[in-house]
Amino acid sequence: MTTTDPARTDLGFTDPDPRRSGPLDRIPGILLPIVSVLLAFAIGGILIWLQGVNPFYAYWVLFSNALGSSEGLIRVMEKSTPLILTGLAVTVGLRAGLFNIGAQGQLLVGAVGAAWAGYAFTVPAIIHLPVAIIFGMLCGAAWASIAGVLRAYRSVSEVITTIMLNSIAIALVDYLASRPLKEPDQPLSRTPAIAESAALPSFGIIPSGFVLAVIVALFFGWFLVRTTSGFRFNTVGLNPNAARYAGISVKGTIVLAMAVSGALAGMGGAIETLGVTGRFEPAFNAGLGFDGITIALLARANPIAAIPAALLVGTLRAGAATLQFETGIEPEVVDVILAITLLLVAAPIVARLLFRRRAMKQTTVTSRWGS
Amino acid sequence: MSARWAYILGGVIVAGIVVAFFMDEIRTVSVLSFSLRYAVPLILAAMVGIICERSGVINIGIEGQMLMSAFAGFFGAAITGNLILGTLIGIGTGMIMGGFLAVGAVTWKMDQIIAGTIINILATGLTSFLYAQGYVLPGVTPTVRIPLLADIPLVGPVLFNNGLFTYAAIIISIVLWGLLFRTIWGLRTRSVGEKPSAADTSGIGVQRLRFVNVTFAGGLAGLAGAYLALEAAGTFERGFTAGRGFTALAIMIFGAWNPLGAMFAAIFFGLTQGVASQLQADEVLAIPPQFVNMLPYVLTIVLLAAVSGRISPPAAVGKPYEKD
Repeated sequence: MTTTDPARTDLGFTDPDPRRSGPLDRIPGILLPIVSVLLAFAIGGILIWLQGVNPFYAYWVLFSNALGSSEGLIRVMEKSTPLILTGLAVTVGLRAGLFNIGAQGQLLVGAVGAAWAGYAFTVPAIIHLPVAIIFGMLCGAAWASIAGVLRAYRSVSEVITTIMLNSIAIALVDYLASRPLKEPDQPLSRTPAIAESAALPSFGIIPSGFVLAVIVALFFGWFLVRTTSGFRFNTVGLNPNAARYAGISVKGTIVLAMAVSGALAGMGGAIETLGVTGRFEPAFNAGLGFDGITIALLARANPIAAIPAALLVGTLRAGAATLQFETGIEPEVVDVILAITLLLVAAPIVARLLFRRRAMKQTTVTSRWGS
Repeated sequence: MSARWAYILGGVIVAGIVVAFFMDEIRTVSVLSFSLRYAVPLILAAMVGIICERSGVINIGIEGQMLMSAFAGFFGAAITGNLILGTLIGIGTGMIMGGFLAVGAVTWKMDQIIAGTIINILATGLTSFLYAQGYVLPGVTPTVRIPLLADIPLVGPVLFNNGLFTYAAIIISIVLWGLLFRTIWGLRTRSVGEKPSAADTSGIGVQRLRFVNVTFAGGLAGLAGAYLALEAAGTFERGFTAGRGFTALAIMIFGAWNPLGAMFAAIFFGLTQGVASQLQADEVLAIPPQFVNMLPYVLTIVLLAAVSGRISPPAAVGKPYEKD
């Protein structure tokens, strides 16, 4: 067992040291993500400008199409829903000292599970809908538990296993959608459409899946801070030795945290299937898991802050296609902007500029490696 | 894995290959050649991991370093029309990416796994954004047949009739083994990865050695990327590296952080993939193609679960060095 660092989950973006109070040090930690996002937009603007397009026009197109109409707003909320949940999935893991890079795979497994539960039964909506969502969550939880159990009982790094499980999940759902769960008499690889009774309704223009995701985020904001289980997660994440001395089962907590993390990502997939796509097709939802990492770090592992962070990423994702249509800029510019945001928020670049601190205490999230 | 089991496994595999050779010479040679080609990027990427972790730095960003180098190597070669120049551009890009990790993980003492993940996400974003269609290579790197040695049955056509990168990967593994265990640099590197405070006391610049090693290791990731683009595929696609950088980390662990062990582990990996593909192509086993695609990833997890606890990583890996 390694020695433990008391500041293990502070992820490299430490709050300003109160003893060294400069003029900016009194501004709360929200400044760092905001400045990082603005800087990332500025760098993205330069890339857009290099492609011969006015960056202000490009950003206006990006945001006005996403936020300027009710269809745009619906799309933003639909895009943000799985992002809130994958962001939460990464957050819960980080709180317990685990780096879950596998939200993508857990989401896919959850999506295909919910699709199956959505078309295989004929029961009233009041039963069908929760059953389909919970089944998707269980699929995600089971998938993540492979990594959780291996980490807890065999000390295998969850970073590698969750990445491998991503690739396995991509192949697995492709197989499921093209063989056992395939819609009969259809050239495409996809599952049958879900039953009416399993479809998530909308409240006016607000998709109920989005409401659900926000409620879950608020719940975890309470759960991680105010409950015994949440306290166990944080303690295991901050100091596994202290947790052990306090009588907390470290292994059990690791397995549970990973399962909860997977259930959240699986719920993201389930809502996507039941609320947006109406069936499962293997091609959908590429890259959502990596966005979850960006969101969790942008939100500084705070579940409630994951909501605005996910909305920002969702707005960019929702506007990317229009951006290409109107200006010819590749939609992947959004990937670059998000990657730069992540770099700025997680590396001590902006923090140093803002707080001018000499000794930034840097830390490790992941305690054990390989053995 | 204990040495005894490694020898037993190796013996069984060699015996199996010899039996297969007498049953079907052409297929055996083709499967073995495939296995070696499949192993080359894994060998090189595992060497990156070994250098970094022996120095005490986790490099989860090998994937991104390879992807960026494959991208730069491909477009470098396609635009200049020169494969050697493309390779050098790939290696240079790998070193720059290695430098990124060195700055983040060593200089800034960031969480090393997050620093590597940023490299992966940044490389995915940049290569997708900058990707352009319509570029072609002036050719692929030539196959070099070594006279006489290539005439040996079975061994000859597999080992001595390969592209330049394949020879390079094998030679680099052997040289790195010598460097790590038989030179002052190797001793210093290992001490910095095991007990940096002791190394520091004896006058070794811990931070500087880690920085240099991580940066130069990036050059090997660059070579792996250049191999993928210029020799193996002859093209570049988005998300081209397909998780090989992560598989390589498992191979590094499976090879007990030893260059030669990792080389054999990578070849073993290639062999399982080669045999599975051949069995599927011959329709001996009716496996859906998705399951063949899954194989390397499943194998990675199974092997990690099997060997963990039996071998231990360098003691200081993952911990930024703080002077007391």
